[in-house]
Amino acid sequence: MPSFKRPKALADVPTSYCPGCTHGVIHRLIAETIDELGIEGKTVGIAPVGCSVLAYNFFNCDMIQAPHGRAPAVATGVKRAIPDNVLFTYQGDGDLAAIGTAETVHAAARGENITVIFVNNAIYGMTGGQMAPTSLPEQVTQTSPYGRDIKSAGFPIKVCELLSTLDGVAYAERVAVDSVKNIRNAKKAVKKAFEAQIAEKGFSIVEIISSCPTNWGLTPVDALDWLRDNMLPYYPLGIYKDKTS
Amino acid sequence: MSERVLMKGNEALAEAAILAGCRHFFGYPITPQTELAAYMSKRLPKVGGVFLQAESEIAAINMVQGAAAAGVRAMTSSSSPGISLKTEGISYMCGSNLPCVIVNIQRGGPGLGGIQPSQADYCQAVKAPGHGDLHILVSAPATVQEMVDLAGKAFDLADKYRMPAMILADGMLGQMMEPVVLPGEPAGPLPKKEWAASGHNNGRPKNIINSLYLDPYMLEESIKKRYERYKIIEENESLHENYLADDAEIVLVSYGATSRVAKAAINMARGKGIRAGLLRPLTLYPFPKKAVAEAAKTAKAFISVEMSMGQMVDDIRLACDCSVPVEFFGRTGGVIPNVDEILGFIEKTDRRYK
Ligand SMILES: Cc1ncc(C[n+]2csc(CCOP(=O)(O)OP(=O)(O)O)c2C)c(N)n1
Ligand code: SF4
Repeated sequence: MPSFKRPKALADVPTSYCPGCTHGVIHRLIAETIDELGIEGKTVGIAPVGCSVLAYNFFNCDMIQAPHGRAPAVATGVKRAIPDNVLFTYQGDGDLAAIGTAETVHAAARGENITVIFVNNAIYGMTGGQMAPTSLPEQVTQTSPYGRDIKSAGFPIKVCELLSTLDGVAYAERVAVDSVKNIRNAKKAVKKAFEAQIAEKGFSIVEIISSCPTNWGLTPVDALDWLRDNMLPYYPLGIYKDKTS
Repeated sequence: MSERVLMKGNEALAEAAILAGCRHFFGYPITPQTELAAYMSKRLPKVGGVFLQAESEIAAINMVQGAAAAGVRAMTSSSSPGISLKTEGISYMCGSNLPCVIVNIQRGGPGLGGIQPSQADYCQAVKAPGHGDLHILVSAPATVQEMVDLAGKAFDLADKYRMPAMILADGMLGQMMEPVVLPGEPAGPLPKKEWAASGHNNGRPKNIINSLYLDPYMLEESIKKRYERYKIIEENESLHENYLADDAEIVLVSYGATSRVAKAAINMARGKGIRAGLLRPLTLYPFPKKAVAEAAKTAKAFISVEMSMGQMVDDIRLACDCSVPVEFFGRTGGVIPNVDEILGFIEKTDRRYK
């Protein structure tokens, strides 16, 4: 790599993310993909409610800010109106797997030809660290101060496993952004998901295991260790569905 | 197309939407709007449009939001319990300055209520169709022909003012068959929406559709700008029918299907020598305040006649500055008031204010 430049699709503005948060890395992977596929002019991104709510300021393509959890429905409306455009949603775990579960599952079941970038950080970041649908058993959060008690709070949702049972899903992969190797792999997955959409294969989702140093109460480096030690065993990386070839 | 055809209210409204250039419909089944969605599912694919049955009313309004953000004319229809679910999306669309048309074929509430005609969503529609400082355009047809005419107008005004427009009808109008004259299709292409998020094609700065302002002063500013638009709307867009109200001492204010029964009662009252008349709002937001104030000059009393517990009464009081007493007669829960009981109330009111 001769030089490390800002991707064209990534706006030259300060982000709202905490230092050491991996949201920024994920933004970069999406922007690189948009650049490489040459699709900025026809891409419309949907920002969620969550830490990435301001994503509409961070990408240079047209952007829409959706109500909490509704990004897949909003993306559906856009895609049905202008089917030749490329649509992506960017959603956290509370947004996608709690309040927006129905919108997610049904967009997937319809085989809606959109790409979902799902940032799983096992917590509600924006609101200050409450238990998320993906918080791990025993995980201490603001609203599970004694650790997530599965007897009362139930089990975390494994989104890729769940969605891969649906016929409308063309591509589902879980990746992580904790190491150079995994980030490279994550980039490949993001690109493959966009390509699946461009080839009109149906619904594509990349679940990205991400860190939240602020609400996990860890340094950025320790947060990545925590991610590796606790999240990756529960959320195995890999391709869960691939109908693209 | 200018010959008269016999159509059900729900179907006529659907056809009028298509003739107004709407090619995108998103909905979720509910009685009594059923025929509207069924008609759309049959017709839209034939004209290159999209009919999509969503997983919920929440999803449906958000699909409308997406399609509207992409710059096309989009609509959804539902009935009372489903409209409650749409309020989140309606609020976002107001905050994002997005046009769309929402049809509420009202039924009795609260809760699951009933499936018979009602006007009990008046306050929801005109006071709080979503959270925040906002309004949506609300029109109230009383005939199948008006279902057609007000649908076309709703799309035009929604685009003009960049805000949602609601057609507030009821199960009676939706199901009833009447002859209608359908309009022609728009002469040329619809005006282009330069603000739409439909891909910048590397040819313009990016567009953002958004309702979030973290700076309270900027949010206040955006709301105030929107309220300037509301003021223009309140001055220019109210519609009403005046039926024998010019010399009326007893002025009924009634809209939608109920106003048809009210009219019949007024005719009978006139036969009995009572100077009764009707002011019929065709728009509920904006409310025809000036017409009410004008009628107050000759009226001894207003009677609000509604299929609700009197949700419109305060608006009449405000419009006439409480200069004339406002009585109320209504049935609710899906019960349609009959001519005799309205006539009886007119007579009683006439005696009281002699
Ligand atoms: C309807 C609604 N309910 C609740 C909220 C408050 N809220 C804002 S962000 C958020 C959680 C977001 O968490 P997640 O999706 O995991 O994203 P993260 O912030 O971790 O990136 C919640 C509950 C809201 N904005 N709207
Ligand atoms: S709160 Fe967590 S997820 Fe949100 S920006 Fe900060 S570190 Fe990232």
